[in-house]
Amino acid sequence: MSDTIDLLIKLIPLFPLMAVVANGVFGHRYSHELAHRLAWGSVGLSFLCTLVVFADVLRTGASHEVVVYRWIFGGELTINFAYLVDSLTCAWLLVVTGVGFLIHVYSVGYMHGEEGFTRFFTYMNLFMVSMLLLVMGNNYLVLFIGWEGVGLCSYLLIGYYYDKVSAAKAASKAFVVNRIGDAGFLLAIFLVFVNFRTLDYTKVFAQVGQLSPEMATAIALCLLVGAVGKSAQLPLHTWLPDAMEGPTPVSALIHAATMVTAGVYMIVRNHVIFDLSPFAMAVVAVVGGGTALFAATIGLVQTDIKRVLAYSTVSQLGYMFLGCGIGAYTASVFHVMTHAFFKALLFLSAGSVIHALSGEQDIQKMGGLSKRIPWTHRLFLIGTIAIAGLPPLAGFWSKDEIMAHAFNTHHYLLYSLAAAGALMTSFYMFRLTYLTFYGSSRMDHHTEEHVHESPMVMIAPLMVLAFLSGVGGLVLGFPPEQGWLHGFLAPVVGTGVEHEATGGMTILLMGVAIVIALMGWGLAHFLYAVSPVTADGWVEKFSGLYRLLLNKYYIDEVYDLLVVEPLKRLGMILDWFDRTIIDGVVRGVGHLADWGASGSTWVEKYIVYAGLNVIGYGNHLAAREGRKMQSGMVHHYAAIIVAGLFLLALVVQLVVQM
Amino acid sequence: MLEELTAVFPILSCILFLPVVGAIVLWFVDDEDTVRSSTLTIALVELALSVFVLLRFVPESAAMQFAERVQWIPALGISYHLAVDGISVLFVGLTAFLTVLVVVYSWDTIRHQVKLYMMCLLALETTTMGVFLSLDLILFFVFWELMLIPSYFMIKLWGGGAERHYAALKFVIYTLLGSVFMLVGIALLDINYHQWASLHHSDHAYSFDLLELLTVPIPIGQQILIFWLMFLGFAFKAPVFPFHTWLPDALLEGPIGMAVVLAGLKLGTFGFIRFSIPLLPDASKSDTVVMVVVVLGLCAILYGAWMALVQSDFRRLLAYSSVSHLGFVVVGLFALNYQGLQGSLLTMINLGFSTAGLFFIAGFLYSRQQTTQLAAFGGMARQVPLLATFFLIIGLASIGLPGTNGFVGEFLILLGAFEAKWWVGSVAVLGVIFGAAYFLWYYERSMLGPLGSAVKSTMSDLQLREMVIAVSLSIMILWIGLYPSPFLRIMNGSVQALVDRLHQEKTAALDNSVTEGR
Repeated sequence: MSDTIDLLIKLIPLFPLMAVVANGVFGHRYSHELAHRLAWGSVGLSFLCTLVVFADVLRTGASHEVVVYRWIFGGELTINFAYLVDSLTCAWLLVVTGVGFLIHVYSVGYMHGEEGFTRFFTYMNLFMVSMLLLVMGNNYLVLFIGWEGVGLCSYLLIGYYYDKVSAAKAASKAFVVNRIGDAGFLLAIFLVFVNFRTLDYTKVFAQVGQLSPEMATAIALCLLVGAVGKSAQLPLHTWLPDAMEGPTPVSALIHAATMVTAGVYMIVRNHVIFDLSPFAMAVVAVVGGGTALFAATIGLVQTDIKRVLAYSTVSQLGYMFLGCGIGAYTASVFHVMTHAFFKALLFLSAGSVIHALSGEQDIQKMGGLSKRIPWTHRLFLIGTIAIAGLPPLAGFWSKDEIMAHAFNTHHYLLYSLAAAGALMTSFYMFRLTYLTFYGSSRMDHHTEEHVHESPMVMIAPLMVLAFLSGVGGLVLGFPPEQGWLHGFLAPVVGTGVEHEATGGMTILLMGVAIVIALMGWGLAHFLYAVSPVTADGWVEKFSGLYRLLLNKYYIDEVYDLLVVEPLKRLGMILDWFDRTIIDGVVRGVGHLADWGASGSTWVEKYIVYAGLNVIGYGNHLAAREGRKMQSGMVHHYAAIIVAGLFLLALVVQLVVQM
Repeated sequence: MLEELTAVFPILSCILFLPVVGAIVLWFVDDEDTVRSSTLTIALVELALSVFVLLRFVPESAAMQFAERVQWIPALGISYHLAVDGISVLFVGLTAFLTVLVVVYSWDTIRHQVKLYMMCLLALETTTMGVFLSLDLILFFVFWELMLIPSYFMIKLWGGGAERHYAALKFVIYTLLGSVFMLVGIALLDINYHQWASLHHSDHAYSFDLLELLTVPIPIGQQILIFWLMFLGFAFKAPVFPFHTWLPDALLEGPIGMAVVLAGLKLGTFGFIRFSIPLLPDASKSDTVVMVVVVLGLCAILYGAWMALVQSDFRRLLAYSSVSHLGFVVVGLFALNYQGLQGSLLTMINLGFSTAGLFFIAGFLYSRQQTTQLAAFGGMARQVPLLATFFLIIGLASIGLPGTNGFVGEFLILLGAFEAKWWVGSVAVLGVIFGAAYFLWYYERSMLGPLGSAVKSTMSDLQLREMVIAVSLSIMILWIGLYPSPFLRIMNGSVQALVDRLHQEKTAALDNSVTEGR
């Protein structure tokens, strides 16, 4: 049985890899039909394998470690290419392969007729491979392959429409910003190796007790830098909204459901190290809480449907970090899972809207779509209610658990950040819904004529996601703090921080959360359904603030001004320095040598050559052929060098004899 | 003294002289196509011989293998001594591999004086092989110098730039200048051996043989002097910052084939790991030396990357990225621990695939636009998707993406450097970020975005020969990236021996000073 499970574990990333090779190398030889079947089929097979492995882990509670081969080794370092599948990995595997499968199916419809159809699926499958390695690796370096691999796929897919300048720029930006985080992650890996002489999780975590608090803080903070880059937290969040240049299924899969949660995975995986450092934990919590609120404020005023969702993703990831920072690891994982359901649902329905409107993404040019595309409307609404945090949908349970945990462990400031963020989330999501689906149409005539509901291949996956967004919270995490997921993850993350919350308090906090969500909805209803004039009035009144938010606090501009431009300028100065100073010195020396050379030329001409000519005359005759080809000098050089060497030998000999 | 496994058949001599003999035979061939195909045959046979050596090489062993030794100038202790160990054997394979690719590349890109070009190329292969195979320092030096002759002519006669004469001269003078210092260093090593031998009544009065020189202790003052002399020789060649200004000129002005060899085969840093570190372990370990060399390495990493960021010519960009990569190699070598040395060695090999590969890409671009200036490119991915794809694969290898060969080497270097001195590793990591920035920015501006106005609409994608080059490089890149085991196993024995020597030598040197004190 165990052997079968090990084999299945090996197969999970192998299926999509085979599809990558097939579609990547031979994809242009066969039809799009076969290409997409290979693509979603392979992910489907991975999902089936995952289910079996999951059932086994669920039944036995054991974790599986599978070594594939020895990867990097030498001296005392051995790094295996190996997998570790425990309950934490299972949770991610289910999301990655399950949601991934649905998004692949959806993409068949969404990408239909696009140029580079096969290329799209090749990249998507490569992403699946990387993401699977990321969560399945049994050591930091296999995680790192996945870590940079998903970054690469993100780069490739953001730049999918590569002849668009904005897409190309967004792609490079995403990769470089991610690499800043990766550099931090690398430092963490080095620190781990220096301290533990191994990079395997099980061995590292077993000896974690010998770590000094300072070292634990150092490792945890370096890991955090990596997590912040990948999960688009402050201050490295700028790449994610730009990443919306990619096709919408990409935004759903990579930039909402899976890749961006890698930072959370990494922190939860390393929670024993974080637990040792209260300071690092505090930093994680503050980064998370700050980002949750910060990104929500930007989301309030954005007008691009995908950008609103992007900032909402950044904000939701902030909640997950906040949860990690206060030790509510299970709640964070819970939120990762529910978020994967409803954010994938929202993005894909947004994709369906965009599809219906022939590519229009500006919500100012939408409105009144609820009757034209009823299915999309219903599905989007379910997603909105789920993310806004109204029971019994999924988002309520997971977000509430994080917030309640913050309150119960007396992190009142963090709780209020999260609560303010929740209010804004509810508001901007309903604002989005109202502006898109209700009111009167603001579409231009041409677009309006072509509005159509998406095909079944796109709607069906959405229904599954809507179902999951509906019941996922109850199934995974009810009752709060004692749900199924808590029991399942307990072997890996422990039972979490104890706190003395009474049942009454729990219910009270839930009530507050519901009120907050309803207030957001109410405000959105008032501003965008009842009295749109008021909304415009507020924009007038607070135009400074409005513009600040609309321009995302000018952070991109500030980074350009403070980092990118100075770097380029300094590069220019260095270039001048290189050409003028360093090379100038060289040329100066060269000129000095010129004078010496004219002296030695005389010697060469009248003494060395004279001697050599005697020897070389015969040679000269033979080389007449060669001289025609302008290379008559070759043997001169050779002769001089050989003569020089003999001269040298002679001198050494003389010195020795003396 | 290191163990030596003597060869039954002088295969290394065959490898060494096959190309030059081939070059002489070519002299008598007139037809250009015959010249091409016979050069290719010679290069392929050479590759086959090298692969044979690699296959028969005993891995995880520190022994010098396939050794051949014949007295050359006995009075001076100079011998013809060839052998390979874990440090050098991969370079032999790499040289043969790259030469084949250069021949394939030059097939239709070199149009005048084909015969002479191919002869130069083969001569260059022999001299390069000589550098990697020689265990006698004089023999090594001879090949080191002889290499300049074909290089000089290749840059001067087949270079595409207007400044090629200047570049060729600069290259030669630079290297010659460095080797003068190196030669003095070699002489000092010999004199030290002589003194020691006389003192201990040994029968060999003189020796330039690496294995024999390794057996005698060298006083620390001597070591440091010799170290710096040899350092100059190798640093000029490598080139290590700030001795690098010949490189952009030579790479830009010279032909692509020459650039591949110059940038792909890291002879200078090979010199460090072959001679400087094992022969002068105490000097290599001394604080001042480590500090100076490592700081130069760090400067090179950042300076090179920074310079690469602002270059508009792809070949200049590659030259500076080479400077940056060599900085990594130097930092790894002078971490003086297992991971650092192993990583540097692997990286030197890796650069033979990635940097050299990017020069081939530069060549493909040059064939299409007659320049490598950014202004001539833009949005080319639409017209030449295959070229763009391989450009990306090889480029990602050069910036060390996991899964490619570049990562394995770079990771080991950084790990070693971090272990030796945490701040060195931390600064070097910045190079990882800059690497991504300069490569992706250039890629974005040349391949992505709307089609550039200067891009010819008739441009064709990769041809068969170009595909052969790109695919074989990509295979090597992924192989070493995903399954480096065979390569690491070949290196391990020799790297371990080197590490042991570095750590033992302290006690040995102490013993020595005690004896002298008595």
